[in-house]
Amino acid sequence: MTSIGTGYDLQNSVFSPDGRNFQVEYAVKAVENGGTAVGIRCKDGVVLALEKLITSKLLKPEANKRIATVDRNIGVVSSGLLPDGRHFVSRARDEAADWRRLWKGPIPTATLANRMGSYVQAYTLYSSVRPFGITAIVGGWDSEADVPVDGEVGSGPKVGSGGKKEGAHGGPYLYMIEPSGLYWGYYGAATGKGRQIAKSELEKLNLSEGNLSLEEGVKEAARIIYVAHDDNKDKEFELEMTWISSVDGPTKGRHEEVPKEIREEAEKLAKKALEGDDDEDDEEKMEE
Amino acid sequence: MINTGMLGEDGIHVDMNHLKKGEVNLGTSIMAINFRDGVILGADSRTTTGAYIANRVTDKLTQVHDTIWCCRSGSAADTQAVADIVHYHLGLYGITNDEPPTTQTAAAIFQELCYDNKDQLSAGMIIAGYDHRHGGQVYSIPLGGSLHKQPYAIGGSGSTYIYGYCDANWKEDMTEEEGVNFVKGALQEAIKWDGSSGGVIRMVVLTAKGAQRHLYLPDQDYKGPGTK
Repeated sequence: MTSIGTGYDLQNSVFSPDGRNFQVEYAVKAVENGGTAVGIRCKDGVVLALEKLITSKLLKPEANKRIATVDRNIGVVSSGLLPDGRHFVSRARDEAADWRRLWKGPIPTATLANRMGSYVQAYTLYSSVRPFGITAIVGGWDSEADVPVDGEVGSGPKVGSGGKKEGAHGGPYLYMIEPSGLYWGYYGAATGKGRQIAKSELEKLNLSEGNLSLEEGVKEAARIIYVAHDDNKDKEFELEMTWISSVDGPTKGRHEEVPKEIREEAEKLAKKALEGDDDEDDEEKMEE
Repeated sequence: MINTGMLGEDGIHVDMNHLKKGEVNLGTSIMAINFRDGVILGADSRTTTGAYIANRVTDKLTQVHDTIWCCRSGSAADTQAVADIVHYHLGLYGITNDEPPTTQTAAAIFQELCYDNKDQLSAGMIIAGYDHRHGGQVYSIPLGGSLHKQPYAIGGSGSTYIYGYCDANWKEDMTEEEGVNFVKGALQEAIKWDGSSGGVIRMVVLTAKGAQRHLYLPDQDYKGPGTK
């Protein structure tokens, strides 16, 4: 980092003469040390995966979940400062609940991302607060089926619901929100320590073509977390994975933890893929 | 006595004494139906203060968004205020979410307002709208503030006289012409038998093409002028 200590990095909301906001940049540094988090938008669902670094042998394995559910159909994973992540999730839940109270239905994932982007951005404006030390990945499935108004009774006509246009509605959504409040929609998103490796792996999946299925996505997400993990430097880790499928998929449009058997199978494949890489390296060496 | 909102002691009939002295009442016949291409709303045009007809050409069909409308019955002031508030919310929704609200969205706010303020309000509403995702939809919100999705809905004091007519003549998937005739026939009966209903018949047809108004006058035997 250039021009450290010229005084423009001591207070939030103050620009440096060359137009930077150092507090926000320092918050990004906090994120860069967190465990890798990955989100993949597949054709029939969304996968969220996290490299949960084990900070103590006294922590119970598979307890202390880090990927949170915001509304039935939306999940959030973040890397960076854990308490900031929890506060982010808490606010996201409030937003989803407020939306439900007024409009009697689930908040669209895009709207939630927009609200949370605004919320995070507000924390860059005031001297009394500091920016969020997290980058959050928000994944959701907006129902493709007709969702009734919460609490309505009865039904419309059995045939011909009046000029309804058949076609795609709803679907998978994936957003990533940074400490500045900047957010974009992604086919695949990665953040945390291993984000560079993870991003290059995600790019190889050609997600924009929309061919990757949710089941394949789970395996890829697990593999990417394993690839991005640096065995030499990092502590041990646990893989945490959640998914959201379409209404006729395995989670019926809900955000749920990936079942243990499926996750362990994906981990097995991930480890095998890593070993495969090593073999290749050996072969290359032999050719030299 | 148990407080049952605007209902009388029998829990069925509207307690007309609830209205303030001189308050304008929409003793009304309103309805909305689904048909093949969308929805049709219909209403008579009589507004009364007691026995006096305060307005004989009232418009009880109120627009709350491009292709979401409502039929109002009960207190004129209350229903206008509720429709105004919903109109505001839907306008804001359309702008902030970059897509028009659905009929469900409208029904949700109408219900919220009618239920939360049930002790203050005398408003029976029918919400009908067209949107590309759901096509036509009809919702009824009677006095207590419950929300009912229906193939068709009738409301107001005049509706009591046309339950038989509607049940006998209703069919699903009608053409626009059949739908207009169904609504017109029902409202003609309601106007004939209900003293608090009368005047002209107004209709609004909501389809993918937008909203189109119809008008049928008693001195033309409710045959015209239609959409002209």
